[in-house]
Amino acid sequence: MNWALAIPEIVLSVCGMGILIVGVLRRQDSTFLCSMLTLGAFLLAAILSVSTVQGIGYHGQFVIDPFSGFVKLLIIAGAALCLILALDYNRKQRISRFEFPVLMLFSVVGMMVMASASNLMTLYLGLELQSLALYVLAAFARDDVRSSEAGLKYFVLSALATGLLLYGISLVYGFAGTMDFAQIARAASDPVHVSPGLVVGIVFVLVGLAFKISAVPFHMWTPDVYEGAPTPVTLFFGTSPKVAAIAVMVRVMVHPFGHLTDQWHTLIVIVSIASMIWGAVAAIGQANIKRMMAFSAIGHMGYALIGLAAGTAVGIRGLLVYMVIYVFMTAGAFACITAMRRNGRSVEMISDLNGLARNDPALAGAMAVAMFSLAGIPILSGFFAKLYIFLAAVQAGMWTLAIIGVLTSVVGAFYYLRVIKVMYFDAPAEQFDARSPSLTFVAAVTTLFTTFFFLFPAPVVGAAQAAAQALFG
Amino acid sequence: MLAVGGLPVGLGHYLTVAAILLVLGVFGIFLNRKNVIIILMSIELILLSVNLNLVAFSAALGDLVGQVFAMFVLTVAAAEAAIGLAVVVVYFRNRGSIQVEDVNLMKG
Repeated sequence: MNWALAIPEIVLSVCGMGILIVGVLRRQDSTFLCSMLTLGAFLLAAILSVSTVQGIGYHGQFVIDPFSGFVKLLIIAGAALCLILALDYNRKQRISRFEFPVLMLFSVVGMMVMASASNLMTLYLGLELQSLALYVLAAFARDDVRSSEAGLKYFVLSALATGLLLYGISLVYGFAGTMDFAQIARAASDPVHVSPGLVVGIVFVLVGLAFKISAVPFHMWTPDVYEGAPTPVTLFFGTSPKVAAIAVMVRVMVHPFGHLTDQWHTLIVIVSIASMIWGAVAAIGQANIKRMMAFSAIGHMGYALIGLAAGTAVGIRGLLVYMVIYVFMTAGAFACITAMRRNGRSVEMISDLNGLARNDPALAGAMAVAMFSLAGIPILSGFFAKLYIFLAAVQAGMWTLAIIGVLTSVVGAFYYLRVIKVMYFDAPAEQFDARSPSLTFVAAVTTLFTTFFFLFPAPVVGAAQAAAQALFG
Repeated sequence: MLAVGGLPVGLGHYLTVAAILLVLGVFGIFLNRKNVIIILMSIELILLSVNLNLVAFSAALGDLVGQVFAMFVLTVAAAEAAIGLAVVVVYFRNRGSIQVEDVNLMKG
């Protein structure tokens, strides 16, 4: 048994417990110290996940390959950005407690386990570790009625989705006779004689995972939770857990159920089209910018799923590149949303951005870059994300998906451009409070990445290529 | 194999009971208009139906993994119930009610 494979997760868990002890034992407020220690632990885990050996350990339960390494790095990067953003926001909202970074850390451990799962049991335990921490994070502003409502809604619907996923796992176990990915693939290698029970199980598993990435028709929790949760937590919901869930979805569909493409392919196509259309149409009427970002996230998950629907290594490569770019542009947009504070209170209506370009040109510029990129305007990174995805769809002969994708991008551009119009052409509203350095840092890093991705796409695309190929073996 | 009143109880019976429990749980969440606690009970019902499935399959296949998994599910369900109740308590403190129809500050 090669236990060393899980060193990044083990180190991160031990660090989490250590940080918890530090937070409890120190008399004075230790939020800042704990956040810094958590960032250090993230860095350590990132270095370890790049440098660990590859292979399968724990009796086939845990796998380290280029795919899991890629996904883990992205998860850690997304979580680190959220944590930096949360430092200042939590202090100003008076919800600054040292448990926040620790909860984030444990949910990251869960996501890393998900990324490395090669057995349905590991998948479930990782998913639950992640979800349990997220329930608490959503309700973290415990004196705010909207935050606790968001926590309640997320808990109920997520628990239901987990239940359906588990039911699917039990059916797959019963009809394939095993929970191991490689053995399920062997049991399902003859698509003609596959048991209907197995197919029903796959559908349930797919439903559970589609809920986690908030794909239509399992998206109903997303707008409410996005609106109610504290802004850095909203960003966290939008980045790392989605990356982990879509990575698990890709691994499960491609590896154990890879021979049953005919059975699940149509489902992915329907979910993808529905998400793209609903994400583009429903966002138009939103006045709250966090709600608008929720529908934007739904739409983007639809685009990313095109890569899975294509079912080729090129498609998975496109999906991974899409997720990287998506994490950075969403973080950029949310850094600007976090900056929306007036008289010490957080405001979140789109109309609050009126005339921002005259009050704070730098912030308006960062927001404009994020919005243009989310809309997919060339030469920003969002354009290349869509390009790689549509390219894969066309190469796989899926013209319908590519055409619907382009059309919904055009519709979606409307509401992104409305934000820009409000910032640049409307009469200036009252100024926002001064920005904190940590917020400026996140906005600067993400804006630079989004703007200059086209100059250096090779490292990301190359790593995604290696990851996708590892999956197809 | 167990036999009740001359009728042998097979895998199909266990699966049927589990499926009925699952449907009851799902309906309990969506049709319930009264109390959030009932939703928590429905979630437990769903997890129990999964456990029944896992143990029945495990016995039928002669493979222990299903029973090990059932143990994990039990443990996680306990943790989930604890967190769920904590969230409900926080919600009640702010809103003064846990009626399902009152969970409507944000539309959707």
